[in-house]
Amino acid sequence: MGMFDFLLVKKQTASVAKDRLRILVAHERAGRGGPDYLPMLQRELLEVIRKYVNVDAESVKVDLIGDGENKVLDISVALPDRSNV
Amino acid sequence: MAEIIVVTSGKGGVGKTTTSASIACGLARRGHKVAVIDFDVGLRNLDLIMGCERRVVYDFVNVVNGEATLRQSLIKDKRFDNLHILAASQTRDKDALTTEGVQKVLEDLAADGFDYIVCDSPAGIEKGAYLAMYFADQAVVVVNPEVSSVRDSDRILGLLASKTRRAEQGERVKEHLLLTRYAPKRVETGEMLSIGDVEEILGLKTIGVIPESGDVLNASNKGEPVILETESDAAQAYDDAVARLLGDTRPMRFTTVEKKGFFSKLFGV
Repeated sequence: MGMFDFLLVKKQTASVAKDRLRILVAHERAGRGGPDYLPMLQRELLEVIRKYVNVDAESVKVDLIGDGENKVLDISVALPDRSNV
Repeated sequence: MAEIIVVTSGKGGVGKTTTSASIACGLARRGHKVAVIDFDVGLRNLDLIMGCERRVVYDFVNVVNGEATLRQSLIKDKRFDNLHILAASQTRDKDALTTEGVQKVLEDLAADGFDYIVCDSPAGIEKGAYLAMYFADQAVVVVNPEVSSVRDSDRILGLLASKTRRAEQGERVKEHLLLTRYAPKRVETGEMLSIGDVEEILGLKTIGVIPESGDVLNASNKGEPVILETESDAAQAYDDAVARLLGDTRPMRFTTVEKKGFFSKLFGV
């Protein structure tokens, strides 16, 4: 780097890219190979929950966990802070 | 037994054909008998990169349909006697290739004594890409250090693990990552994903890192696979990747910024 480089504004965008990709790839891998009804189930659950609580799309997570015969449908809903309700 | 290597990526324009041509040449230069097949039905391009576009008489679809023999359709490379190219058809019929047809061609090549069959996949995840990867033993996933390419590569890795013959038999396709258009300077300034970033996100080791280089365009202009431009960094990086594919261990080159002298430091050029 040249000694006058400090005059330039550095844009460190690679770390932003990495964070976005990490989340996205994890999300897409989780959905891969799972039953096709999961996204639809997630959408409909979100609609029901929204009748009572003001949550955004990212606060409802639906996952199928465990393998073999025993599968567990894991639904987690992050409720907003009291101030936002 | 012929080893079938698919060069794939999901995203277009990342360097699949450049990589296929260079890997095929690199393997042939080491004395192996190699066939490189263009699976991009409708958009033939490998012939141009290999510099044999005026010698295409019969193509992949002609062989599959029995309109020509494999021997008639294989184009012998001008530089290496043990390297042969099978061009893609320019038909607009996307269903021109069938799983059975592709299998027959690959089996015939193996019976003919080919050591390596390099399958140049089309972009996307449609039938052509599926057929290119279906029979593969190994996969080279070409990725640019850029968000959409990395995401698409992960999608392709998912397909390699589920939609291939090996996957159906409960085995795995041996997967490798090949980073292209890598710019160490931009990585150093925090503008570009590093090798480590991409490896971490995709959970896979890189087999080669090809630096961003003007030589790639110059080589394609001439119809000379870039690996043959021996003075070029890109060529040497491709040669390293081929060596690693064959089991050698080599340190990564051209992945860090070259140290500069006093004057260039002072003026930042």
